[in-house]
Amino acid sequence: MTKVTMTVNGKSVSGDVKGNTLLTEFLRDDLRLTGTHVGCDTSQCGACVVHVNGEAVKSCTMFAAEADGAEIKTIEGMANADGSLNVIQQAFQDYHGLQCGFCTPGMVMSAAALLKDNPKPSEAEVRDYLEGNICRCTGYHNIVRAIMAASGQDVPAVAAE
Amino acid sequence: MPKDHGIGASPKRREDVRFLTGAGNYTDDINVHGQAYVHFLRSDLAHGKINGIDTSAAEAMPGVVRIFTGKDFEGVGGLPCGWQVTDKHGEVMKEPAHPVLAQGKVRHVGDPIAAVVADSLEQARTAAEAIVLDIEELPAVVDMNKALEPGATKVHDDLSDNLCYDWQFGTDTETTDAAFKNAAHVTTLELVNNRLVANPMEPRVAVGQYSRAGGDYTLYTTSQNPHVIRLLMGAFVLGIPEHKLRVVAPDVGGGFGTKIFHYAEEAFCTFAAKACNRPVKWTSTRSEAFMSDAHGRDHVTKIELALDKDNNFTAVRTDTKANMGAYLSTFSSSVPTWLHGTLMAGNYRTPAVQVNVKAVFTNTVPVDAYRGAGRPEATFQLERVIDMAARELGVDPIALRRQNFITQFPYATPVAVEYDTGDYEATMAKMEELMDIPGFAARRAASEKNGKLRGLGINCFIEACGIAPSNLVGQLGARAGLYDAATVRVNATGSISVMVGAHSHGQGHETVFPQVVAEMLGIDESMIDIVHGDTSKIPFGMGTYGSRSLAVCGSAMVRATEKIINKAKKIAGHLLEASDSDIELKDGMFSVAGTDKSVAWGDVTLAAYVPHNYPLEDIEPGLEETAFYDPANFTYPAGAYACEVEVDPETGKVTIEKFVSADDFGNVVNPMIVEGQVHGGIAQGIGQALLENCAYDENGQLLSASYMDYAMPRADDIPHMAHYVVDHSCQTPCTHNPLGVKGCGEAGAIGSPPTVVNAVIDALHSGGHTHVKHIDMPVTPSRVWAAMNSQ
Repeated sequence: MTKVTMTVNGKSVSGDVKGNTLLTEFLRDDLRLTGTHVGCDTSQCGACVVHVNGEAVKSCTMFAAEADGAEIKTIEGMANADGSLNVIQQAFQDYHGLQCGFCTPGMVMSAAALLKDNPKPSEAEVRDYLEGNICRCTGYHNIVRAIMAASGQDVPAVAAE
Repeated sequence: MPKDHGIGASPKRREDVRFLTGAGNYTDDINVHGQAYVHFLRSDLAHGKINGIDTSAAEAMPGVVRIFTGKDFEGVGGLPCGWQVTDKHGEVMKEPAHPVLAQGKVRHVGDPIAAVVADSLEQARTAAEAIVLDIEELPAVVDMNKALEPGATKVHDDLSDNLCYDWQFGTDTETTDAAFKNAAHVTTLELVNNRLVANPMEPRVAVGQYSRAGGDYTLYTTSQNPHVIRLLMGAFVLGIPEHKLRVVAPDVGGGFGTKIFHYAEEAFCTFAAKACNRPVKWTSTRSEAFMSDAHGRDHVTKIELALDKDNNFTAVRTDTKANMGAYLSTFSSSVPTWLHGTLMAGNYRTPAVQVNVKAVFTNTVPVDAYRGAGRPEATFQLERVIDMAARELGVDPIALRRQNFITQFPYATPVAVEYDTGDYEATMAKMEELMDIPGFAARRAASEKNGKLRGLGINCFIEACGIAPSNLVGQLGARAGLYDAATVRVNATGSISVMVGAHSHGQGHETVFPQVVAEMLGIDESMIDIVHGDTSKIPFGMGTYGSRSLAVCGSAMVRATEKIINKAKKIAGHLLEASDSDIELKDGMFSVAGTDKSVAWGDVTLAAYVPHNYPLEDIEPGLEETAFYDPANFTYPAGAYACEVEVDPETGKVTIEKFVSADDFGNVVNPMIVEGQVHGGIAQGIGQALLENCAYDENGQLLSASYMDYAMPRADDIPHMAHYVVDHSCQTPCTHNPLGVKGCGEAGAIGSPPTVVNAVIDALHSGGHTHVKHIDMPVTPSRVWAAMNSQ
């Protein structure tokens, strides 16, 4: 067992992990942050995306030990300080960008990473960026609209082009 | 101006906040104190004889609680099939045993052989590797034609052959043959409806728990219908009476049909919880899901369409082989028969329709309902053969369909169903308008300028939803009723809990159902909560599938709310010293007609629970009502879809450039959610048409068992928003349920696959590849390129 310490959603946490414990297991099982989901075992679906030092990472592809000392953000840490939905979360609700909710945490975390690097993405850029996130319910249409709206773009105007 | 509340409004979904903040409670998020973990050792052979299973070394491994094999389940019932089909000779279908863990033989890759229960999942997996299997590999039957050949290897040794049933339905043979003999033109098409895997993003999970104190069980499971699981597992598999078994399906991450069925893992965890005296948890991996979730579709069909000299359809005849896989899953037998054959008339007044279906056992994962279940298969073959006929006859495919539309309702088809209402001309016209059909020529020219071929595909469809009248399905072999139920519990201060049999796993019932009750009572939606997914809390309803939630369970909720209103009016009449027949309910106020005397909703509900001034001699205190609703007929949503594709002639790659759906769902309670359902269905239909294929090799090895091999639609496979419209403005309300709703969950998946394939064929013909009559789905670049270059 290895002792790891990391900052998760602004709080310092530590735990003893085995060498093969995945970050996603540490988050879900040890920290009980069950908002991060596991939808596949081949690193394709993106339901487990979290931010590690500000970058989007599929937490099923990273060992917990590798995250020692890192700054982690999960879906549980995304809301505004007063507990209200942040701009991306709110856009997902406004545009009906989620149905069963299972892929949603990963979608929100990916969207946040996209908008950090590309504050006004084109529709094609949004669709391209979501290559690593699979949703089976929404058909992506409303997810794309939500992300465009969260970036401050006029979605009806884009749709009318 | 759109409504902002009640029926017809699109309030923001109340379930979203928990899902967007990581506060959802999915089955894998549930951990019970002291739980052990099970890992299933699954067959890596498609077919084999089990000569021995040596678990002794594995049992000695660290953390192992107990190892189970088929022997442990010899005294236990098998997994039942819920629908008995009677074939054309009057024989009931062959119904092989489906043990919880394999007994004697393994029959498909993924068949569970042994189950290792251990303190940790890692220990269970490690110990499973120490189990020594002596399994003699047998030849596997994978191809349905080969499975039906005389002398073929039998999937089940105790059955005479691999034919589950040979079913015929609709117009008699003599009449059908005469129609074909007299036809001016016959179009024939042979096609494959590709095998799919539903792939809800949440893999299946089960947690079984047993209490020695009361002798009762709890099963947490990823189900679309917890009461159905309780009934099937309790009564048929484990022999647990309902009052000793609670089934909970909490937040469920998508279903699409595959979470309807009762699975071995659910029965195992429940059984093992008592046997081990510990809660037992199983979480499927995605790879495991590919080999243990019931698959969908997998039909091979020959369809013939007869037309007279004026291009009127005179007969349809189909011959389908439907893959059942190795065992009969819960509703598998009904899919190619009653959910498929009854839809073969489509939107057309064809006088003779005959459907022939052979259901076949093979050494593959069981096949059952997947979004649309039988109706996509019916629509695909009918709309492809109509398109092909239009091309052969040199007539416009829209005009040919229009000419043959059913226009009078109710309409009794030759395949036993009666469409209560519809307006196929309206959805066709709406589709034409939104698609800008006259502008297609210019768009095609623009594509050609860029070196691409552009095609226009159109398609009409009808489906039977809101399943189903119990007396009818009972005659057809269903072993269950298909009503639903709702309890409306009004609390003393006027807030309401509505307990429903329907289960929400993405459909947004928690938002939509209160819109209906709020509209009826004239109170704020925020006063109403929906309770679902727990058999200890909800009445005995049959769950969510077949686009039935609002049409069936919603109707039960309306009936229960009507009972509430009737009783509340009696109470109000007492309080207002008026006859209850003079009491009117409007905007949450009860008033005496023609007077200014009124009492508020909260005054009445409080009186019901604090009955100090109350007509106790006439009515009971309290305000809680239950209704069961059994539909009088199916509902018949219908629509017209169109898409435009570009084909790159260099690579064969198909891209969807424009897509329009014009649906008639009857009345719509929440337009936002309806549109979301259609978006999702269309994405799955595009997936079937262009990307998805569950493939086996000739030895029965599953070749597509992960997302690296099975192509799920991604965001860039869907048309851009400027070229994508889903419309539901054409509304012919259902005539036989109180809301006039028809159901919208499956339409997209039914309507879109033929639309896409029709468009691809059109594109190829525009490029001079007129020898290409059909390409089987998925229409991949390699298949398109091969078809283009096959001459």
